[in-house]
Amino acid sequence: MRSDDPLLKIEGLRSGYGRIEALHGVSLEVRPGEVVALVGGNGAGKTTLLRAISGVQPVTAGGVRFSGTDLTRASAHARVKAGIAQVPEGRQIFSPLSIEDNLRLGAYLRKDAEIAADLERVYDLFPVLKERRRNPAGGLSGGQQQMLAIGRAMMSRPKLLLLDEPSMGLAPVLVDQVFAIIARLREEEAVTVFLVEQNAFAALSIADRGYVIETGEIAMTGSGRELLTDERVREAYLGV
Amino acid sequence: MPDFLQFCVSGLTVGAVYALVALGFTIIYNASDVVNFAQGEFVMIGGMTTVFITAAGVPLHFAIPAAILAAMVIGLLLHRLAIEPARGASAVTLIIITIGASIFLRGGAQIVFDKQFHSLPAFSGDTPVMIGGAAVLPQSFWVLGGAAVIVALLWFFFNRTLLGKAVLATAANRLAARLVGINTSFVVGFSFVLSAAIGAIAGILVAPITLTSYDIGALLALKGFAAAMLGGMGNPLGAIVGGLAVGLLEALGAGYISSTYKDAIAFIVILAVLFVLPGGFFGRASTERV
Ligand SMILES: Nc1ncnc2c1ncn2[C@@H]1O[C@H](COP(=O)(O)OP(=O)(O)OP(=O)(O)O)[C@@H](O)[C@H]1O
Ligand SMILES: [Mg+2]
Repeated sequence: MRSDDPLLKIEGLRSGYGRIEALHGVSLEVRPGEVVALVGGNGAGKTTLLRAISGVQPVTAGGVRFSGTDLTRASAHARVKAGIAQVPEGRQIFSPLSIEDNLRLGAYLRKDAEIAADLERVYDLFPVLKERRRNPAGGLSGGQQQMLAIGRAMMSRPKLLLLDEPSMGLAPVLVDQVFAIIARLREEEAVTVFLVEQNAFAALSIADRGYVIETGEIAMTGSGRELLTDERVREAYLGV
Repeated sequence: MPDFLQFCVSGLTVGAVYALVALGFTIIYNASDVVNFAQGEFVMIGGMTTVFITAAGVPLHFAIPAAILAAMVIGLLLHRLAIEPARGASAVTLIIITIGASIFLRGGAQIVFDKQFHSLPAFSGDTPVMIGGAAVLPQSFWVLGGAAVIVALLWFFFNRTLLGKAVLATAANRLAARLVGINTSFVVGFSFVLSAAIGAIAGILVAPITLTSYDIGALLALKGFAAAMLGGMGNPLGAIVGGLAVGLLEALGAGYISSTYKDAIAFIVILAVLFVLPGGFFGRASTERV
């Protein structure tokens, strides 16, 4: 694979719920090493798109290619194996299980000997998780649960990390922390990031490129800076 | 007093069987939200298959694993042919499917086996052991001990193995389980196979005491379900306590009131308890999943 070949390439993707279509032919790509942001309002189809990329959402047309392989019909676990991990909307931690079990399950498909070392790295990143590692994950605060969901996704050693509104419902100081962590993951772990956010300003600020999605269609694309300064984006998503 | 002890022993023995049936309900319910009313049929299949294989001249220690294996295969087929194709159907639809499957299995057993009552020889003879004035059949120790071993193995499986944790993760959050790469369809199929094995073992252990026939499954499923509800649907500890409680209620009701109405007495007490504690002894805060 050449370095400018896309890691993730989505073409003409259509998907929905029952007879209602939520994505009307979405095309986009994410290149290795990039942080790409997808911004859009309530119900625009962001979550549906991430679900379709992870294989937990039926796709009616179009395709998903990852690392040069067609994954459109692949199972969800085959996609994790291929290197796609998702931090889903609303965190979706395994509440009754311990924090350590949550993280260990993130490496469910791995067979290598470095799982324990990676666990320590996640604990270094999020020391509060280590302190409470034997406790049920449901007892963590919202921000800590978000850290756990990110750590769990990192435990699969993904090539591509999908994040669905990681700042949702967090206090402003925690929002800053989450975005700092995303920046750090990209620096230290060389992971490619596809980030979905309603918090368009923060997302576009750390993104190399961005896409704007409106009612199931890509309405605009450009570099993070271009979109941040675009009149229409500023009006619709930045409230200025 | 010896009477009371005697009733308790027989109550705990059948109670252990109800507990195992209730555990089967719990494992499948947690992994898939399916209330599997075919659970009692696994008990029947375990007992009846062992009876017929040993009748053909095969020694008991080969017949038992073969019967457990037969039940596991049927558990897998139940999942693959009846439950998996109906994925996404409502809870009521799925319950009706499992009731249909149990009727089908009963009909099949009537043809493959027969309509007679059968017994197995007790594993360690029939000479009762006297404990505090109560005569305890050696087979009761097999039932209680077997149930205890199964509970211990299950504890180990769910707390100490990655696959066990994957089952718990699937129960806790299906979407997240899929997103970390757990094949949830495999996990649900696995929980059917596991529950089938547990049911079959219960059926084999208790066959020397209670006799077995093609149609014992329906009442056992009902008792096991009642036990699971009493303990709190979805809670393994609740299933065990609920099972033992139903067995004790039945034996004490039969001993002190009337053996004709022992089932009715047990169910009335269960209804009364559930009226006061709708979630059962160890119920979850929310009952919306039921
Ligand atoms: N489970 C569902 N059943 C039916 N329709 C759904 C379901 N989930 C989402 N939708 C619809 O699909 C469309 C896209 O929803 P989606 O959740 O992908 O939007 P989103 O961009 O993630 O929104 P938000 O920012 O609120 O999370 C919306 O019109 C929504 O109402
Ligand atoms: Mg969303």
